[in-house]
Amino acid sequence: MVLNQFLVLAAALFCIGIYGVLARRNGVLVLMSVELMLNAVNLNLIAFSAYLREVSGQVFALFVITIAAAEVGVGLAIVLLIYRNLHSPDLDRVDELKG
Amino acid sequence: MIAQNVTFWILAAAMVLAAIGVVRSQNVVHAALYLVVVLAGSAAQFILLAAEFVAWVQVLIYIGAVIILFLFGIMLTRAPMRSDTDLDNDQRWPAAVVSLFLLGVLSTLLIQAFGDKEIDISGGHGAELLAQGRAGSLAESIFAAYVVPFELVSMLLLAALVGAVVIARRD
Amino acid sequence: MLEYAWIIPVIPTVSFVLILFFGKRMPRQGSEIGIAALGASFVLSCVAVVQWIQHVDDATSEHGLGALRSLGKSLFLAESGAYAAVGPVVSTVEWFKIGAVEVAVGTQIDGLAVMMLFVVTIISLLVHVYSTAYMHGDVRYTYFYAALSLFTASMLTLVVAPTTLQLLVGWELVGLCSFMLIGHWWEEGANTNAAMKAFLTTRTGDVGLMIGVIVTFFAAGQTFDIVHINTVALEGVGGHTIWVVGASCLMLGIIGKSGQFPLHTWLPDAMAGPTPVSALIHAATMVVAGVYLGARLYGVFWQGFSIGDGGVNFMALVGGITILIGAALAFVQDDIKKVLAYSTISQLGYMVMGLGVGAWVGAVFHLFTHAFFKALLFLGAGSVSYSASHHSFDMREDMGGLRKYMPITFWTFLIGSFALAGIFPLAGFWSKDEVLATAGQGNYEIFMVVGLVGAFLTAAYMTRCVWLTFFGEYRGHGHPHESPRAITVPLIVLAGFSMVAGLANATALGIEKFVEYVEPHGEGFPEVFTPDFDLGLVALSNAIVVIAIGIGLFFWLDRRELRGLKGLTERSGAAKAGHTFLVNKYYLDHLYEQGIVGGIKGPIARASYWVNQRVIDGVVNAVGKGATAFGRVVYRYVDQDVVDGAVNGIAHETDQAGGLLRYVQSGRVQRYALMLFAAVGLLAVALVIFS
Repeated sequence: MVLNQFLVLAAALFCIGIYGVLARRNGVLVLMSVELMLNAVNLNLIAFSAYLREVSGQVFALFVITIAAAEVGVGLAIVLLIYRNLHSPDLDRVDELKG
Repeated sequence: MIAQNVTFWILAAAMVLAAIGVVRSQNVVHAALYLVVVLAGSAAQFILLAAEFVAWVQVLIYIGAVIILFLFGIMLTRAPMRSDTDLDNDQRWPAAVVSLFLLGVLSTLLIQAFGDKEIDISGGHGAELLAQGRAGSLAESIFAAYVVPFELVSMLLLAALVGAVVIARRD
Repeated sequence: MLEYAWIIPVIPTVSFVLILFFGKRMPRQGSEIGIAALGASFVLSCVAVVQWIQHVDDATSEHGLGALRSLGKSLFLAESGAYAAVGPVVSTVEWFKIGAVEVAVGTQIDGLAVMMLFVVTIISLLVHVYSTAYMHGDVRYTYFYAALSLFTASMLTLVVAPTTLQLLVGWELVGLCSFMLIGHWWEEGANTNAAMKAFLTTRTGDVGLMIGVIVTFFAAGQTFDIVHINTVALEGVGGHTIWVVGASCLMLGIIGKSGQFPLHTWLPDAMAGPTPVSALIHAATMVVAGVYLGARLYGVFWQGFSIGDGGVNFMALVGGITILIGAALAFVQDDIKKVLAYSTISQLGYMVMGLGVGAWVGAVFHLFTHAFFKALLFLGAGSVSYSASHHSFDMREDMGGLRKYMPITFWTFLIGSFALAGIFPLAGFWSKDEVLATAGQGNYEIFMVVGLVGAFLTAAYMTRCVWLTFFGEYRGHGHPHESPRAITVPLIVLAGFSMVAGLANATALGIEKFVEYVEPHGEGFPEVFTPDFDLGLVALSNAIVVIAIGIGLFFWLDRRELRGLKGLTERSGAAKAGHTFLVNKYYLDHLYEQGIVGGIKGPIARASYWVNQRVIDGVVNAVGKGATAFGRVVYRYVDQDVVDGAVNGIAHETDQAGGLLRYVQSGRVQRYALMLFAAVGLLAVALVIFS
C-alpha cells in the first residue's frame, strides 16, 4: 500500500469537513463536520505510525479520540446554551460582534 | 497487496461519499447516520493499517458514545427532522471554493512530498506491525513514556465534564 | 501487630463511612460508632507501642549475642551510642506502577510512628468523648462525628506513610478535614472565611511541599520511599544544592501547615471551629503534621540545611522567630482560645527550632508532651465556655473568678498551664529542656537564648490567662457551674498525662526512652547529638519561669481589672505603639490583604491605566498631531496646487472600501473561518512558490 493513498483520503475528508464547518448553519452539524476533520487527523496519525513503525502515532490517535469526545461534550453544551437563549440552533444568529 | 488495495479503494469511496452526505444532507438525523459510515470506514482503515486497538476504541468511543451524544444534541435542540434547505447558510459556494482549493493544495503537496512511498507489510514486517498495534504494546507506551500526557488528558476530561454541566445547566 | 498496623487507620475510615450513612439512625446519632472505632484504634496503638518496645528490646539483646535479626534490615551498632539499629517494620502493597517506578501504599512502623499513633488516637478518643457533651444538640452532630473520624483517619494515614506520596495524600486529607471542621458552623460568614483562610494559607505551603516531594523523588533516583530518600540525602548523592532546594521546598510545607512565621495567620482564625476541633487541630493532628514531616524526612533537612554544622539555618531561624512573635502576640488577646492559639504557634516554633538545631529527640518529645497539655488547655477553655460563659471566649467580659465554681476545670487548667510554662517536674519542662540543652550544647547558643526568652513570655502570658479566667470576680452574666462528666473526665485524663508524660524521657533521672525507642538509630538518620544533663540550664529555665509568673502576678494580681496593662499602654508611648502593633498582629494580615492582594490588583490596574493614558493616548495624540501638520502641508502645497478632483476621487474610493470592508466584520464566526481557511490556503501556496 502506498502511504499517499491514506494521506490523500485524509486530506479529502479534512476538506469536506472544512466545507461543512463553513457552510452549515445548524450548530450540531458544524460539530459533526469538526468530527470529520479530527477523524482525518487520526487517519494521518495511524498511517504515519504504520509507515514509520512508531507506536506513538497510535498513542496520539487515542489522545485525539479522547479530546474529541471532550470537545463534543462541551461543544454540544454551548449549542444547547445558544438554543436556549436564541430559540434556534443556528450559528448565523450569533452575530453580536457585528461591526 | 491487491486485496488490501481493493479494500482500501472501496472503503475510501464509501467514506468520501458518506462524508459528502454528512455535509450535504438536508436531514440532521441522516447526517448523523452518514457520520457513522465515515467513522466505521475509518475504523476499517485502521485495521487495514494494523492498528487494531485504536480501531476498536474508535468504534466504541466514536460510534458508541459520540454519535449518541449527537443524537441527544439533535433531540434537545429540536432540530427540524424533515427535509428542508434551512440547514445551510448563504456562503455555500465560497465554502466549496475554499475547501476544493485547500484540497488541491494539500494533495499536490502530499504527492510531491511522499511520492509513492510504500507502507511495508511484506513478510515479517506485517507481523511486526500487527504486534505494534496490540493493546499491550500501546499500554506500555501510554503508561511509561506518555504517562504525564495521559494524566493531563484525564484532567481535561474531568474539566470538560464539569464545564459541560456548568454551561448547559438551567439556573 | 506491627505488620498489621494498617488496621489502625482503616478503622476510623470505616467509621467515617458508617457514621455518614447510618449515623442518623443510631440511638446516639453516630457518636457511639466514632467512639468505639477510636477506642479500638487506641487499643491497637497501645499494642503497637508495646510490641515496638519488645521489638527493639529483642533486637538489642540479640545484638548482644551477635545475631542478626531478620526483616531484611541490617543491624549494627549505631556509632553514636550503645543502641542497636532497628529498621522500621515495613509492610506494603503495590499501589501503581509507572514504567520502572513502583509506588506502594502501606505502613512503616518505627518509634516515631508508634509514638504518633498513640498520641493521635488517645487525643482523638478523648475529643470524641468530650464532644458528646460539648456538641450535644448541634444541628450537624452526626456530620461532625463523621468529619472527626475522617480527620483522625487521615492523620493516621499520614503518620504510617512509608512513601512521600502517601504522606502527601494524608496531608491533603488532613487539610480538607480541617477546612470542613473549622467551617462547621458555616451559617456565620466569619467561620466560613476562617475556614477558607486556613485552607488557602496552608495550600500556599502545600505547593512548596508538592514541589519538594517531586524534587526529592528525582534527587533520590525516582523513588518515593522515605527511608531511601533519607539515606540518599545523608550521603549527599547528586550534590548538596539539590537537597538545599528540596529541603527549602519541604520547609514551605512545614511553615504553612505548622503555622510558622510568616504563614501563621490562619491558626488564630481557625478558632472559629468548635473547641474540640481546635484541641484536635492544635494537639494531635493538622499542625503537628508539619513537625512530623520535618522529623520524618530529617535526613533531607539535615543535609539541606547543614544542621550538623552549627550556626544559623533557615529552619532554626523560622522556628526561633515564631517562638518570639507567637508568645508576644499571646499577650494582647482577650479571647482565651486565641491566647492558646498563639501559644500553639509559639510551641510549634520550639519544635521546628528543635529540628533546626539538631534536637530531633527534643522536638519529637516536645510534640508528644505538648499534645497532652495543649489538648488539655483547649478542652479546659471549652469547658469554661460551655458551663460558665454562654459559649463566649472573652476572658475580660465573661469570665473571672471561675475557680470557685468549676474546681476540676480550674485545677486541670492550672496543671496544663504549668506544664506549658515548663515548671519542674511537669511534662513541658522535660521536653523544652531537652530542646534547649541540645541547642546550647550543639553550637546553637543563640537559639537557646531565644528559647529561654520564649519560656519567659510563655509563663507570663499563661499567668495572665489563668488569672483573667479563674481569679478575681465573675464578670459574666450566667450561672457558672462545673461541666458534666463527659467533659471533666477527658480533662482529668489529660492532666494526668501532662504531669507524667515528661518522665518518658527525663534525662535528669537517667530515663531516655525516646532516645532508646523513638529515635531511629541506623539507616537514613543522621547522628544526632544527645545532650548531657545540665543542672545550670534547668535551674535557669525554672528561675525564668518563676520570675515570669511573679511578674505576671504583679501585673494582674492587685490591679483587679487589668489596670496594670491598661495604665502602661496609656502612660508610655512606646508601650502603646508596641501594643497597637501586637493587637494588629504585626500588620501581617494587612500586608497579605492590602499589600499582596491589593498590591497585585492596584498597580496592575494603575499601570494599565498609565499605559492607556500616556502611551496609547500619547501615540494617538502624536499621530493626530503629525497627521494635522502633514495635512496642513499637503493642503498648502499639494491640495491647492494638485487637482482637486483626484483628492475627491480618493476620498470617494476610501469611503467605498470602508463600506465594503464593513461587511467583513459580520460578527459571524463562519464568515471569519471562511477567510481564515482561504488565507491559510493562499499562504501555503505562497510558501511553496517562494521557498
